[in-house]
Amino acid sequence: MTTLMLTEDETMLRDAARGFLDGAAPVRNLRENRDQGRAFDTGLWKEMAQMGWAGVLVSEDNGGSDMGHRAAGILAEEMGQTLVASPFISSAVIAATALRNAASDRLAGIADGSLLYALAVDEGAKHGPAKTAMSAEKSGNAFRLSGRKTFVADGASADRVLVLARTAGSAGETEGLTLFDLDASRAGISRSAKNTVDSRDFAQIDFDGVEATGDDVVGEVDGGHAAIARALNAGQAALSAELTGLSAGAFAMTAGYLKERRQFDRIIGTFQALQHRAAHMWSEIEVTASAIANAGRVLDEKPDESELAVSIAKARATKTAKLVVSEGVQMHGGIGMTDEFDMGFYMKRARVGAEWLGDYGYHAARVARARGF
Amino acid sequence: MSRFSTEPDLFRQEIASYISDNCSAELRGIPAGRREVCWGGKRFRFSSDAQRDWMNAAAAVGLTAPRWPEAYGGAGLSREQEKIFREEMRKAKAPSPLESFGLWMLGPALLAFGTEEQKTHFLPQITRGEIRWCQGYSEPGAGSDLASVQTRAEDKGDHWLVNGSKIWTSYANHADWIFALVRTDREAPKHKGISFMLIDMESEGVSTKPIKLISGMSPFCETFFDNVKVPKSYGEGISSIVGEQNRGWDVAKHLLTHERTMIGGGGGGGILGGRSLGDFLNSLEDGVMDDPVIRSEAMELEIDSLAMAMTMERYGDMAKAGGVGNASAMLKYYGTELNKRRYELLMSAGGAYATEWDGPFGSTAPEWLRTKANSIEGGTSEVMLDIISKRVLELPSK
Repeated sequence: MTTLMLTEDETMLRDAARGFLDGAAPVRNLRENRDQGRAFDTGLWKEMAQMGWAGVLVSEDNGGSDMGHRAAGILAEEMGQTLVASPFISSAVIAATALRNAASDRLAGIADGSLLYALAVDEGAKHGPAKTAMSAEKSGNAFRLSGRKTFVADGASADRVLVLARTAGSAGETEGLTLFDLDASRAGISRSAKNTVDSRDFAQIDFDGVEATGDDVVGEVDGGHAAIARALNAGQAALSAELTGLSAGAFAMTAGYLKERRQFDRIIGTFQALQHRAAHMWSEIEVTASAIANAGRVLDEKPDESELAVSIAKARATKTAKLVVSEGVQMHGGIGMTDEFDMGFYMKRARVGAEWLGDYGYHAARVARARGF
Repeated sequence: MSRFSTEPDLFRQEIASYISDNCSAELRGIPAGRREVCWGGKRFRFSSDAQRDWMNAAAAVGLTAPRWPEAYGGAGLSREQEKIFREEMRKAKAPSPLESFGLWMLGPALLAFGTEEQKTHFLPQITRGEIRWCQGYSEPGAGSDLASVQTRAEDKGDHWLVNGSKIWTSYANHADWIFALVRTDREAPKHKGISFMLIDMESEGVSTKPIKLISGMSPFCETFFDNVKVPKSYGEGISSIVGEQNRGWDVAKHLLTHERTMIGGGGGGGILGGRSLGDFLNSLEDGVMDDPVIRSEAMELEIDSLAMAMTMERYGDMAKAGGVGNASAMLKYYGTELNKRRYELLMSAGGAYATEWDGPFGSTAPEWLRTKANSIEGGTSEVMLDIISKRVLELPSK
């Protein structure tokens, strides 16, 4: 396998992304989005697409830049640094991976950023594709979808929805699921935006007797779990990368504050109690960064064996981000608690990112299974 | 020209047959935690003829120090060749032919700071397992504050007169020579008056006293120097000081950084016998893995250990590509804290059985106690955090 160090190309990609986002999407953009009630900035997304980011996992034949999962992780990490809101993970990572082998003209739309996707999997408080109860009743070559999907990232703004529904078996079983690719405006679909703490687009989607055909199915009927597994791994890896970038961004802000804030006639960064906590946080971020790089590498090189690597990454990224944002607020003191200051945005996105696509316990259990516990 | 072929596949074949021809079957296949370590040295008692023969055979072709140049007793292997050599060793389940502080510590210091004559004199003695070295850094009054060493070496013309004592000298009672930090200039600021000195343990006035630890083991000694005469030179160009006089701190710092890069995520305990932590825990009776707290700690430990292994890999590549500098303090800090957690978990999983010195859980108890030193020796966790905060994060000192 290739090295976990950044290669020269990867370093260039990271520097270019950082340079662009520092100028085009600092954290105050998120504040503006929130204050104006929009989930993301469509102009910014268009620019990102023009740089090949939306097509990072789409083959060149379909108009993509096909840079791979490691590159997707680097981009997600940079977006995490300044909390950039975009449909990147839902469309460019999850949908692009799920549809990669489906002969689909939609890939070109994903690659140029014009077609936005959302993935509708969860139905309750916690992630778990096998828990899917929503039914897709078969009759001949047709299906009728009824049920409710919750916590659908980018669900309110998406043009199309990948939805996992049950065509056989019962909730809790991985068999009997089918993945559908539907236009979000199809009759019987109603969406309601949820007001999540990270100020991004999460929606509840209700399916009331939505008609679908075999043409809408991705992968095999009753084989939806397999059809979505790789895309979920890819999304989890990219989200882990985003959370690690988020950790690095929040940490840089905190370390900067430690170097300038004066109390008791001293720079507070001279206090060993704070120094050691900062050094510990940095160590956690470094260890997590290795897991992120490894997840991208395994997805690129041995995608069928990626589950363990991805779950290590998501578990680590979740835990590290939680530590860094909690310490970030604490070390900033009162100002860290104010809405005027940005640290709170990091904390709120970290909490949503911790839940989305599986929390610490979900991924720890996957690691345990893979490691014979 | 290397003794071995440069073509990778041929090289692999040559190495594989060298191992199978020279490492006796009785040495192979023993799990890593239960192997008899071959330390070498004048007073070493080999556990078997096979152990001695394997050391000699490996030394004859430089494989006790695979990366060192052939001129100094190494095999002169490239990084890729060394990797193949390690792979073949694992495949053959062959034990390391020789381990020593000479290979780990003094060798790298000499390679970086020694004169040509010092290298040709001292290094082959190490690779052949003839001389066993120990390290004399800490003193009773110089632990974390290593640079405050008080052991002094007075200039007496043709020799140095050394007085003082060292503590935590690993296996000093079995060692032939010691590399020690001694103060050669008492007027200079504390970092500036130290020299890195090579001393024969058979010199008159050197004595050692083992220290019994909480684990019941005595891997460390106190070492005393009472009017010890150390020649300034052991021959043409072979100074008893490595690097410049009074600049020994540079050598020590280089070695400490090197040492920290080598500290891994930890093996995981002899009791595992090569099994994964999960397999081992599942094999235990009394439903240990049904305990939600133990289970949760085990899962978290497993995640962190696997992420740490990836970090060791990443930092290893960074070190080869140009160095990691002070960031290596993170590896030392994280790796040792992780190892302590691992042993706390094993003790908890073993329950009453693990509280026996040598019961159903083997030597887990003394190993557990031993791990408590991991975050003290080679720089405490607190010193590592200081290094990270000051040198890596550049937090202010005042």
